[in-house]
Amino acid sequence: MHVPDGFFNVAVSVSAGAVAAAGVAVCLRGARRELDDRTAPMAGLVSAFIFAVQMLNFPVALGTSGHLLGGALAAVLVGPYTAVLCLAVVLLVQGFFFADGGLTALGVNITLMGIVTVVVGWAVFRALTRILGGGRGAVVASSAVAALLSVPASALVFTLLFWLGGNAPIEVGAVAAAMGGVHVLIGIGEALITGATVSAVLAVRPDLVYGARGLAGPLLLRAADGTTSEVAPAAAAPARTGAARPGGFLLAGIVVTALLAGIASFYASSSPDGLERVAEDKGFGAVATDHALGEQPLADYGESGGIPVGVAGLIGVGVTLAVGGGLFFAVRRRGRRLAEGARGEERVDA
Amino acid sequence: MGAGHHHRIHRPGDSPVHRLPPQCKLLAAAAFAVVVVATPREYVAAFAVYAALLAVVAAVARVPPGFVLRRMVIEVPFVVFAVALPIVGLGERVEVAGLSLSVEGLWAGWNILAKATLGVVASVLLAATTEPRMLLLGAQRLRVPPLLVQIAMFMLRYMDVVLDEMRRMRVARESRGFVARDVRHIPVVARSAGALFIRSYERGERVHLAMLSRGYAGSMPIIQDLSASRGQWGVAGLLPGLALLVLGLWYVM
Repeated sequence: MHVPDGFFNVAVSVSAGAVAAAGVAVCLRGARRELDDRTAPMAGLVSAFIFAVQMLNFPVALGTSGHLLGGALAAVLVGPYTAVLCLAVVLLVQGFFFADGGLTALGVNITLMGIVTVVVGWAVFRALTRILGGGRGAVVASSAVAALLSVPASALVFTLLFWLGGNAPIEVGAVAAAMGGVHVLIGIGEALITGATVSAVLAVRPDLVYGARGLAGPLLLRAADGTTSEVAPAAAAPARTGAARPGGFLLAGIVVTALLAGIASFYASSSPDGLERVAEDKGFGAVATDHALGEQPLADYGESGGIPVGVAGLIGVGVTLAVGGGLFFAVRRRGRRLAEGARGEERVDA
Repeated sequence: MGAGHHHRIHRPGDSPVHRLPPQCKLLAAAAFAVVVVATPREYVAAFAVYAALLAVVAAVARVPPGFVLRRMVIEVPFVVFAVALPIVGLGERVEVAGLSLSVEGLWAGWNILAKATLGVVASVLLAATTEPRMLLLGAQRLRVPPLLVQIAMFMLRYMDVVLDEMRRMRVARESRGFVARDVRHIPVVARSAGALFIRSYERGERVHLAMLSRGYAGSMPIIQDLSASRGQWGVAGLLPGLALLVLGLWYVM
């Protein structure tokens, strides 16, 4: 599913790049809270793990096989911020070192396979564990459903981007049907593997599963005389400091998004003007404007919807950012609730 | 993609392309990709010129064509998609050798094929002439967040370790007669993934403690001087510069 160069037009590539950059910026701050001083080494290791796991092919249906996207799995195992960072790094490394995914499509790839899968996966996971309670079975089931939904969600966003600026003359409905169909199948495989993997890790090292932090019982000290005493877990402390000022991170994310969106929309709107000027300079403006517009990168965009190219570009940027921003807002609120939940419910559940 | 894969993507050498500072090459490759993507698909001649430019870079860097071709296998799924486009595409149709093909689909297929191929070749050449670690240091000089660069560096360092671990587990599975054939085998694959995660994570914790005991304070020391001279930027700028010139001709003519 790594999108190559030339698959999407420049406006969509640039706006997706803005969303990806803003998302990664937010996650750089958030990951420090999830992993503190171990951020770089441990996130690097999880990236290597995801890279390896993406090579695990699993049989989907007769004759076809899919591979794990790993977004939901990473979010449940190491937390959403670290997960986005790890997937972004995996995609960067794949793009630059393995030529897997185009350099100009990096933003699209990070948005689709990093941000969307993790945000949707984590949102579903949090909502379900809230409903089902925090037992071991609930964590496993929730992570499976999260993985199941995260893959078609990613395919859906792909279809949306394709509708905004895909370079292929296929009906959006057909793309949605094809992408949706295949990715529901892949999603089922992803769900089975994610659930079983989380269950396997839970059985051996439940403390390593970020999504099951509430599961860890307090440390019991048994003295020689038979008395036992509880040691209060210290893990809630960093989460509390982070939860105290979530507004700052949100604000930083919005500012970065706005700045980048400004650049992107400037590009989207100024490009046809420049072209029209060239056309007029050459004296064929009146005759050839339509033709000239039809030959520059934003063309498919304006023609398909019957709206001016610059406006279409702006709408594209706006919609992409609104979707990205909305999802981010959702995940921020979940993150805050998680921090509060970690404080509130220190359950003993073995 | 097999284990120890990333050693084979870099071809050590001492050509002028190898000697350029990594940040120049990184920016040149990215700028070239942007110019390629921004080129109108009707401007067929431009893509031939771009391909020739890349061929010159490969020749100067002494990267054999076979090496580039082997690495281009990664593109195959999208080649299939591009070939399918004229058949499933909408709009006006044209008869070619008894097949009814969509004109718009032909253009779109050509567009994706040409741009994706040029992008892949540019990245392959970049990775072939630049050591992965240097590429990341170059990225850091280009103001990529240091934390992101560090994560990527640790990923590269751990990649062989994790992939080797995975290979050992696969050998163990297969030597016991396991072949993943259908859905019933998913639990086995998933348990391997779970074990791989635990083993890698525990190893990472040990390595982290070892690093701390050797004075790691959150950032790795940089011992090379990576500054680029104006001349080196100029040389690196030749590739995207010439490509941009070709693109400019389209709008002038």
